[in-house]
Amino acid sequence: MKFVDEFRDPELIMKTAEEIRRLTDPNRHYRIMEVCGGHTHAIYRFGLNDVLPKNIDLIHGPGCPVCVLPMGRIDDGLSIAAQPDVIFAAFGDMMRVPGAHGSPLEHKARGMDVRIVYSPTDAIKLAKANPEKHIMFFAIGFETTAPSTALTLQRAKAEGLPNFSVFCNHVTIIPAIRAILDSPDMRLDGFIGPGHCSTVIGCRPYEWICADEAKPIVVCGFEPLDLLQSIMMLLRQLRDGEAKVENQYKRVVPWEGNRAALKAMNEVFQLRPYFEWRGLGFISQSALRIRDSYAQWDAERRFNVPGIRITDPKAAQCGEVLKGVLKPAQCKLFGRECTPESPIGALMVSSEGSCAAFYNYEHRKPVTISNANASLASVV
Amino acid sequence: MSETKIMEDFAGKIRFREPQIEMAHGAGGKASRRLVEGLFAPLLFGSASGPLGDAAHIQINGTKIAMTTDSFVVKPLSFPGGSIGELAINGTVNDLAVSGAKAEAIVVTFVLEAGLPTDILEAEVRAMGKAAQQAGVIIAGGDTKVVEHGKADRMYITTTGIGRLIPGVEISAKSVKAGDKVLLSGPIGDHGITILLARGELDLEADLRSDTRAVLPLVQALVREAGAGVRWMRDPTRGGVATSLNELARDCGLGIVLFEEKIPVRDAVRGACELLGLDPLHIANEGQFLAIVSADHAEAALRALRAAPGGAEAEMIGEVRGEPESAVLVTTLYGGTRLVDMLVGDPLPRIC
Repeated sequence: MKFVDEFRDPELIMKTAEEIRRLTDPNRHYRIMEVCGGHTHAIYRFGLNDVLPKNIDLIHGPGCPVCVLPMGRIDDGLSIAAQPDVIFAAFGDMMRVPGAHGSPLEHKARGMDVRIVYSPTDAIKLAKANPEKHIMFFAIGFETTAPSTALTLQRAKAEGLPNFSVFCNHVTIIPAIRAILDSPDMRLDGFIGPGHCSTVIGCRPYEWICADEAKPIVVCGFEPLDLLQSIMMLLRQLRDGEAKVENQYKRVVPWEGNRAALKAMNEVFQLRPYFEWRGLGFISQSALRIRDSYAQWDAERRFNVPGIRITDPKAAQCGEVLKGVLKPAQCKLFGRECTPESPIGALMVSSEGSCAAFYNYEHRKPVTISNANASLASVV
Repeated sequence: MSETKIMEDFAGKIRFREPQIEMAHGAGGKASRRLVEGLFAPLLFGSASGPLGDAAHIQINGTKIAMTTDSFVVKPLSFPGGSIGELAINGTVNDLAVSGAKAEAIVVTFVLEAGLPTDILEAEVRAMGKAAQQAGVIIAGGDTKVVEHGKADRMYITTTGIGRLIPGVEISAKSVKAGDKVLLSGPIGDHGITILLARGELDLEADLRSDTRAVLPLVQALVREAGAGVRWMRDPTRGGVATSLNELARDCGLGIVLFEEKIPVRDAVRGACELLGLDPLHIANEGQFLAIVSADHAEAALRALRAAPGGAEAEMIGEVRGEPESAVLVTTLYGGTRLVDMLVGDPLPRIC
């Protein structure tokens, strides 16, 4: 498969891993945060911890949109869908996220009209096919998905679609990184920068991380070779005492971002003064709301939204895990009360959540297997 | 003794505590297993039930036969490569085949929605007849129920089959040993992804057909070559290869280690899975089977499979090891490893 197989080539991967070993100072402990949940997933799926030196610690960041959404927002969305003749439409990864009284999927089993869509424009199709119903699209995501929601709203407005609205939960990545860096218990050496998100915003918005915080960041793709190359680039910067933004994912990410996407977002959305993040609390100017000119398609204005606030279960340590302070397995509920099948926190639901990734791919792995495998690799 | 009394004496402990049935309980993964082991098995089989296979082996007047049943609710009714009627026959033939039996007779139940066009029903019945003829099985009887329009989705089919045990082979998870090899009859994921694309809900197209077929000839070729070296077989339908092998790992207590580069997956399936965030190991198949074969028979067994019609793409995809205990691990050529769990939830409902 083109654009995939080249980046999974075992020989190149082993060569890069070898270079990483050469660059690593054995007397130093490296803490590198991958901001994006897609990277967390890829690291576990490809078993990259097995090929990295033990003194490189990958810390999982807050870049999983499902995970950072406070539970109350899910209940707000479901309360709209509970009104007569409303269809709740969302991406598949929202479906199993628990609200206070169950996930969207559980509400569906009890009779709520809940539909999985693969793109927000599918929700428009739903609206046209069901003129007697109101379709509410539960929008979620960083700058990665915000442009497609913006384009969908532009289309709804252009067509004067009466029975469609968006419940907007879009958030922005930069304030989340700032919150992590401001957190007193966080010591990091550098960042693996988000790939998809940067396709839209480009690389410039990260420059302050280098200038103000003196940390290197490398914008990175999602294949094993991408991740290893980015780690290699970070280690080179650290060895040379540098801190700059580098773009490893040039085949997709333009330095200046995607102007058309940014323009559409700017036309449809404005920053909220503040927004609550699970684990990180209220962060100012960290989320998007729908502009007044699109008020007619804003579910928050069209319907009565209760504004539910629910604190996470006390024992769950989602916040600490989201900030990278705790590893998934260090949470008291991990693998016992909280599993992918009966998740308590969203980190255990989304495939991009670090708890789900760790649970699914890693936590029962015996240590000896990775050793056995290293010898297998050297034979090949 | 009244029936209720017998049931009470018989019943094991019910462990299924979920308040309502979700789609995931029918997806063939973890939730299905909880329902079967936590509710059906204790109430219907008592506490003495062993590992749950694809077919039951029962003894009547000293003759051992295999028996199985399966329902089909696939949507859409027909799709590239097959349709519900042919699936209903092959599915049951395959469940018997991988439990070491050749299907002899099948009875059929139709649940039809009022308003179903006759030509659709006729086409499916013809497909069943043809599939039965090809598999050498007779359709011995049937039943029909019709429900009000809107109370079922066009048609559902249930098939129940009995089969004669193939001599010289005994299928049991308990006989699996460290060092045994994992064989797979061909590329995975074709059926699940074909159905997903045939629904037209995704703006995706691919030149792909369901793999639905009877695997009996391949099973026979394998057994002829490896005989008692064949320890366990399963057709990885709902929940895919990952779920079948996790069930085996749990039942035998050993680890199954798969070599990622050996697992045959067509590019169209890989591409769709990459886009949709699915793992081909979790996608349903309708014409493939997994076999655990002892190390000394494995090479010859693979050659025999590849030489049989329809078996050219068979592969040895992994081996059984002492660890990880009761788990499935995938390894890559560059030394990365990951666990593969059973299917959780239901990404693709109503695929068979």
